[in-house]
Amino acid sequence: MAELRTTFAGIKSPNPFWLASAPPTDKAYNVVRAFKAGWGGAVWKTLGEDGPPIVNTASRYGSLEVGGLRMVGFTNIELITDRPLQVNLDEIKQVKRDWPDRALVVSLMVPCVEDSWKTILKKVEETNADGVELNFGCPHGMSERGMGAAVGQVPDYVEMVTHWCKQHTRMPVLVKLTPNVTSILGPARAAKRGGADGVSLINTVNSIIGVDLERMAPQPVVAGKGTHGGYCGPAVKPIALNMVAEISRDPECAGLPISGIGGIATWQDAAEFHALGATTVQVCTAAMHYGFKIIDDMVDGLSNWLDAKGHAGVIGILGRAVPNVTDWQHLDLNYKTVALIDQEACIKCGLCHIACEDTSHQAIAAKKAGSERRYEVIDAECVGCNLCMYACPVTDCISMVEVATGKRPITWLEHPNNPLRQTAK
Amino acid sequence: MDDIAARRLGADELERNFADIHVPLDRKRALIEASRCYFCYDAPCLQACPTGIDIPGFIRKIATDNVKGAATTILSENVMGGACARVCPVEILCEAACVREAQESKPVQIGALQRYATDWLFEQKLQPFTRAKATGKRIAVVGAGPAGLACAHRLALRGHDVTVFEARPKAGGLNEYGVAAYKVPNDFAQAEVAFILDIGGIRIEHGKALGGDITLAKLRQDFDAVFLGMGLAGVKALALEGEDMAGVMDAVAYIERLRQAKDKGALEIGRRVVVIGGGNTAIDIAVQARHLGAEDVTIVYRRGPEQMSATWHEQELAQTNGVGIKHWARPARLIGQKGRLKEVEFEYTQLDEQGRLMTTGDRFTLLADMLFKAIGQSFVASPLGNGAAGPPERELLELSGGRIAINADRQTSLANVWAGGDCVPGDDLTVSAVQDGKVAAEAIDRALRA
Repeated sequence: MAELRTTFAGIKSPNPFWLASAPPTDKAYNVVRAFKAGWGGAVWKTLGEDGPPIVNTASRYGSLEVGGLRMVGFTNIELITDRPLQVNLDEIKQVKRDWPDRALVVSLMVPCVEDSWKTILKKVEETNADGVELNFGCPHGMSERGMGAAVGQVPDYVEMVTHWCKQHTRMPVLVKLTPNVTSILGPARAAKRGGADGVSLINTVNSIIGVDLERMAPQPVVAGKGTHGGYCGPAVKPIALNMVAEISRDPECAGLPISGIGGIATWQDAAEFHALGATTVQVCTAAMHYGFKIIDDMVDGLSNWLDAKGHAGVIGILGRAVPNVTDWQHLDLNYKTVALIDQEACIKCGLCHIACEDTSHQAIAAKKAGSERRYEVIDAECVGCNLCMYACPVTDCISMVEVATGKRPITWLEHPNNPLRQTAK
Repeated sequence: MDDIAARRLGADELERNFADIHVPLDRKRALIEASRCYFCYDAPCLQACPTGIDIPGFIRKIATDNVKGAATTILSENVMGGACARVCPVEILCEAACVREAQESKPVQIGALQRYATDWLFEQKLQPFTRAKATGKRIAVVGAGPAGLACAHRLALRGHDVTVFEARPKAGGLNEYGVAAYKVPNDFAQAEVAFILDIGGIRIEHGKALGGDITLAKLRQDFDAVFLGMGLAGVKALALEGEDMAGVMDAVAYIERLRQAKDKGALEIGRRVVVIGGGNTAIDIAVQARHLGAEDVTIVYRRGPEQMSATWHEQELAQTNGVGIKHWARPARLIGQKGRLKEVEFEYTQLDEQGRLMTTGDRFTLLADMLFKAIGQSFVASPLGNGAAGPPERELLELSGGRIAINADRQTSLANVWAGGDCVPGDDLTVSAVQDGKVAAEAIDRALRA
C-alpha cells in the first residue's frame, strides 16, 4: 500500500485530500461528517472579525452545464462565515480534540490592520487548530470591503499581512492566492518574502457564469440583479494547474510548499497537481456535487495507482512533471507527429474529417468504398495538431504517431526563421 | 364465453392496451438524448432516411431548445414527420445507421426525438410554412394517403391549387385506417391531416374513387397534372377450400374496423387466433388480437425470421406481447364445423437445393377459432382503365411488377401523370410514400413552370 500520509508546512494528515475553506466546512456538523467519510483534513470556512456576523444572500450559486453535464463550472457569491466567531471557535476546538489525526486549518479574513490579525490569531491558537490560511483570494463581496482578492492582488499587502501573522502566531501560516492576477508569481513571491509556510491556490476566478435570458440578469439572480462571483469546479482546473506549475518552477519560490486547489474531483486530478508540485490538494465543488463519499475512491484510487506505478507514496510523484514544464521557446520544432486512424475502431462519424477540413489543414480525406464511408489521413498535409484526436468520440481511435525526421532537435532560439536567434559561435 | 366473442376484456384494460405504445420524451429526456448525437459529418442516419431529413441538424436544435427550428427542419423534408416518428421502422433505417449503433449498440433515439419536436409544434399550433405566390395551376391527386397528401402539400407550398380525390370518408390513408392503433392513438392521423391542410390550397373530395366517380382520362383533361397515390386495393387469398367460412378473416379489413371503432370492446375476437403472414400487417393484427383479449395468438410464416418483412423489432414486439411465431410452415387445410373454423392444418416448408420453397411432407394442426390472412396486398389496376372521355388509359399507363411504373421523378409513362406510394414498386413504407409525393410534386412544379 502506497503511503498517503502527508506533512504539509509542518501539518500532518492521514492523506493529502483536504476540504477547501468553503460552505462544506462552515460548521462542526459538516466537518465531522467529512472526517467520518475519510477526508484527511479541512480548512474551516473563513472567519472574520468578532462582532455582528456578515449576512449572506439567498440565491448564492450558479452552475455551468455543458452538453448535459451538470456543474462543469460552478460559481458562488457567498461570503465568509455568517455565524458568530465564538461559535466557530468553540466548534473548531471540539473537532480538533475529537479528531487529532486530521489536519484542521482555519481560514481567516480580517481588515488590513495589524491588530485585527493579531487579535484573531490569538483566538484561533486557543482552539489548537493546526494552522491558519490567510484568505487573500475571494473575488466577490468581501473584496468590495478591501479584503480577500483586494489584498491578494497587491503583492506588498500580501507580504505585509503574512509578515504580521508570522510575527503574531506560532501556527503555520498558509497564504491562499487569488488567480485574478496577471502573474501568480507576484503574490506567491510576496507570500514567501513575508515568511509564509506554504501557499494554497487557486481561489475562485472572477466570473459571470451565465445570463438568465428571461430575467436579463447575471446568474445567480438575487431579486432581479446579480453580481460577479467566484468560479470553480472542473472547468478551472487548467488555470490552477498552470499557476501551480509557475510557482513550482520559479527559483524565487523554491521550497515553498503548495496546496493545490481548483476543480479536483478525482484521484487523477490530484495526481496531476502532485506531479506539478502540490503536496496536498483541496477539494470543494466535487464534494458539493456528490457529497463527502467521493473521498473513498480518491484515496483508494490514488493508492492503487501509486502501487501500480511502483511508488512508495505521493512523494514518488511529487513535482515529477515540473522539469518538463518549460517555455514555448524551448520546444523542439523538429518534433513531428501525424494522426493515425484505427480503421477497426472507427465508427465513421466523420468528425475528424470535418474538423480538419473546415478549420484546419485539409489532412483527412472523406472516401467512399462502395457505400462504406472511410476517413484517411493525408500524412503529407498533417501538421500533427491533435485536433482530430480530440474531436473523435471514440477513445483511442485516433492516435498521434511520432515520425522520425532524421533532423536534430531545434528550438525557436536556434531556428533560422528567428531573426533574434542565438547562433553558436 | 363463445370461442369468438366481443368484450373479452373490460373497458379499462382495453384503454390501456390501445394507449400509446411509447412514452413520449419530456424535455429533460429529450435534451439528454439529443446530447448523445455526435453531429456526424455527412451523417449516415441522414443518408438512411428515405426523405433525407437533416437529422443531426434537427437534433442539435432540440439540444439548444430551438424546438420550432427542429420541427421545421423535419417537416420541410417530411411533412408527415409526426407519423413517421411513430411508425417508421427506424431500427432498419436511421437508427440502424447511427454511429452510436456501431460504437455501443445503442443508437440515438432519432424517432423519439423527431416525435418530441413535431409533437411540440402541433401542441403550439404553429404553422411554419407559407405558400408561394399563386400559379393558377391545378393538380389532381388521387388518394389522400401519405403519398397523396405529401404531394398535395408540396404542390400547395409551391403555389398550385390541389384537389385530392379520396374514396373513403377520412383522409390519412393507412395512418388512419391501417397502422396498429397503439402506434397512432389520440386521433393523431387526423391532427396531421389538419396540419397539412392548414397551409391552404388543398381541397379534398371524399367518396370519389378512381374508376367510379372519376376517371384518369377525365382528370388528365381537367387538370394540369395528375398524381396517383391510391395505394393497394387488393388482398391476396390463401387459395384454400373453405376460405369463406366464419372465422376466416382478412387482416386489413379487420384492422380498418378496429381503427374506426370508438368502442374497441365491440369487436369480436377469437379465443385461439392464427395469423398467416410475415409482414407488419401480420404483426399488427396478432398484437392487436392479443390486446383485444385473444388467449392464444400464433403467427405462422412460410419462411424464416430473416425473410419476414416485419423487422426484428416488430417480431420482438409480437413476442413480448405474448404472440408465438412459427416459421417454416404454410396452411394446407382449413377444418371447420357447421360452417365455422375449428382447426388449421399446416405443412412444414423448407428450401430445396435450388433455394425454392417446398413442403417437407410433415404436417401439424393448430386449433383456431379465427384465422387472419395477412399475406400481402396487391395493386388493382382496373380502375385506371377506360375513362369515358378517352381511350383506355390502362393501355398507355405502363406497369412494372404489377404496380405503376415510374422514373426517378415518379413520372409514369403518361406525360402529365405522376405516381407514388404503395401503388408503385418499392418498399411499402409511409416514409417512402412521403418521399414519392414530395419528389413528384417538385417534378410537377418544374414541369408546370417550364
